[in-house]
Amino acid sequence: MIRVTTFARLPPRPRAGTIAAAMALANEPAFARQHLLGIEGLSAAEIEDLLDLADGFVELNRQSEKKLQLLRGRTLINLFFEPSTRTQTSFELAGKRLGADVVNMAVARSSVVKGETLIDTAMTLNAMHPDVLVVRHHESGAVALLARHVRCAVINAGDGAHEHPTQALLDALTIRRRKGRIAGLVVAICGDILHSRVARSNILLLRTMGARVRVVAPPTLLPRAVESLGVEAVTDMQRGLEDADIVMMLRLQSERMQGSLVPSVREYFHFFGLTHEKLRAAKPDAMIMHPGPMNRGVEIDGVVADDINRSAILDQVEMGVAVRMAVLDATTRRLRAQA
Amino acid sequence: MSRPVLIVDARLLDPASGLDRRGGVLVVDGRIAELGPQVTAALAPPGSELVDARGLCLIPGLVDLRASFGEPGAEHKERFESGCLAAVAGGVTSLALLPDTDPPIDDPAMVEFVARRARRAKLAKVHPQAAVTRGLEGRELAELGLLKAAGAVAFTDGFKAVADARVMRRALAYASMLDALVVQHPEEPSLAEGGVMNEGPIASRLGLAGIPAAAEVITIERDLRLLELTGGRLHVAHVTTAAGVAAIRAAKARGLAVTCDTTPHHLLLTEAEVEGYRTFAKVSPPLREETDREAVIAGLVDGTIDAIASDHCPQDQDSKRLPFAQAAFGVIGLQTLLSASLELVFAGRIGLLELVRRLTAAPAAILGLEAGRLARGAPADLVLVDLERSWTVTEKSLFSLAKNTPFEGRTFRGKVVRTLVDGRTVYEAHDPL
Repeated sequence: MIRVTTFARLPPRPRAGTIAAAMALANEPAFARQHLLGIEGLSAAEIEDLLDLADGFVELNRQSEKKLQLLRGRTLINLFFEPSTRTQTSFELAGKRLGADVVNMAVARSSVVKGETLIDTAMTLNAMHPDVLVVRHHESGAVALLARHVRCAVINAGDGAHEHPTQALLDALTIRRRKGRIAGLVVAICGDILHSRVARSNILLLRTMGARVRVVAPPTLLPRAVESLGVEAVTDMQRGLEDADIVMMLRLQSERMQGSLVPSVREYFHFFGLTHEKLRAAKPDAMIMHPGPMNRGVEIDGVVADDINRSAILDQVEMGVAVRMAVLDATTRRLRAQA
Repeated sequence: MSRPVLIVDARLLDPASGLDRRGGVLVVDGRIAELGPQVTAALAPPGSELVDARGLCLIPGLVDLRASFGEPGAEHKERFESGCLAAVAGGVTSLALLPDTDPPIDDPAMVEFVARRARRAKLAKVHPQAAVTRGLEGRELAELGLLKAAGAVAFTDGFKAVADARVMRRALAYASMLDALVVQHPEEPSLAEGGVMNEGPIASRLGLAGIPAAAEVITIERDLRLLELTGGRLHVAHVTTAAGVAAIRAAKARGLAVTCDTTPHHLLLTEAEVEGYRTFAKVSPPLREETDREAVIAGLVDGTIDAIASDHCPQDQDSKRLPFAQAAFGVIGLQTLLSASLELVFAGRIGLLELVRRLTAAPAAILGLEAGRLARGAPADLVLVDLERSWTVTEKSLFSLAKNTPFEGRTFRGKVVRTLVDGRTVYEAHDPL
């Protein structure tokens, strides 16, 4: 009979950044899901749980020694059907800092043309026994579809115009750290709401946490019946920014600027581009956010974006890595408990 | 010729004559020789088959205004044999096939091919509809006269709307000379383009591109104005919105020669079925809001909507197991057409005889078919229905090659137990008891 001493195979106990994690584990973590497919359905307690966990990782990431062993021996696959250097790098760093082996897989659309379906891809990857799949796809609902055909944890890194939950979480963490709370804040989300998964996830999260949300855009960039998501829709930027604590700008893609949805870049910038002048309507300490990459001179004046007193854009990038570490940690809790 | 059949002790339901009473039907040489309360077992001619239909309803075979098979071009989705078996198992004895095949039915030889293939399947009677425009491209008129002479019962571009107003005007005008029926898919393509479900709160939350309800009424109103110019007959396929129903109600009040239909899925389901990105709920036109569904039921009840059609559209697994936006449109519906429609009767929304009319005599009249009634001399296309028997829609219970039903798992009350076409039994339910 072979005796296996499980103790010896346990990874060394992580030193920093896990006080919150340890506490959460001690009294049943609120977030106990295997997947993070969206913000929809998450409770305020689950969101707080993830943000608390992320707070710990922010401190860790600022130290010179950043590596933990939490996910040692685990495999994380970044599966991106749509290119995104920033999000992919952020997840890659998050995985590596937790000790996971990270593989990046860029699936060009051409392989879809070659006939492999999303479900084929899912089953192929599943056979490689990854522990976490981070997936971005250009179609709404595609990540949830894939999750039904694999056994590992699945994290949605953006699906079509549906959701981008880690972006909403990192935005929430940025807000909470700067403003000390989310409940009661007035948040104006401005720009291409229609095509934006960032807007949808943020609306869901901010509403769950008790913020007031306004969406500001021309009618051609607002989804039908957007008020049903619990937001106020405003087409006048000045009115939309009134008394705002947070101004969240969205990227407008170039193919949508040339007359199809807005007449021109200069007209869009005139009415909806964020300038210091328009910003006067907001609270004096209003914070400016942007999920990146920015179009300077389209949705945001470069001077505003670079104003370190107002802009939290680089904070967001920093929080992104911490939030993704928290999500990787939380979604693999069950897996690690089984080992 | 098949031997005589004598069905006795049934509840005879014939909407065309208003008949609803206990009695029997004698079938000789494929036609109804005698029917009524006086037809009893004592009348049985020598060598005839006697069917005791106690507790069952006898209705005319259903006439389905719109169904698609996969032949030619997509035989893996549906063959004539599988599609016709699904039809007769659902009580459908006549169906009008759409021309969206590959190649499309826009040539007299193709019309003859369909008729020949259907005869070989020897189940339901299949009537080809032909394209209004060559290649279903919406530009040049197809040979409507020659196609009609070859047997086309109506003209439509199937799942595509005739988008160009001038082409539609000419189609209606030319068809009026032939007394031919033009059937329109009511959807303004430029508004629907890229859309995958009904536009509204659910589409906005799911991040799916929507098709506005207005896309339907815009095409309906335009076509009604054209019909006023041209005369002739227009049939609006699958009306699904409150505004669409209202437009047709007003046109009928003005005396225009317009008819329309809707489908069981638009009568029973709403856009909420799409939640969770369920591609079996992806259908064209899309499932709508509850207020639209209610308006469509009201339209059916007050006679604005003349008929219920299955809009049977088989899709294989590979076309549906995809991200929602990439999945194919369409649901199957031949086998569930009667059972699903009966839900409205059991819910007290419409009388049994009236519902049966919308599935039999009404669509037969729209297509000008000798079908859909119980009458002396009429073809013996008959269906015995057990209104007390329930059945559950499962992959196994469906005869279609494709299984893309939006009603999977649903238990319906009312089941077809036997179907006759021209006096020949083509389907008999195997009693699970």
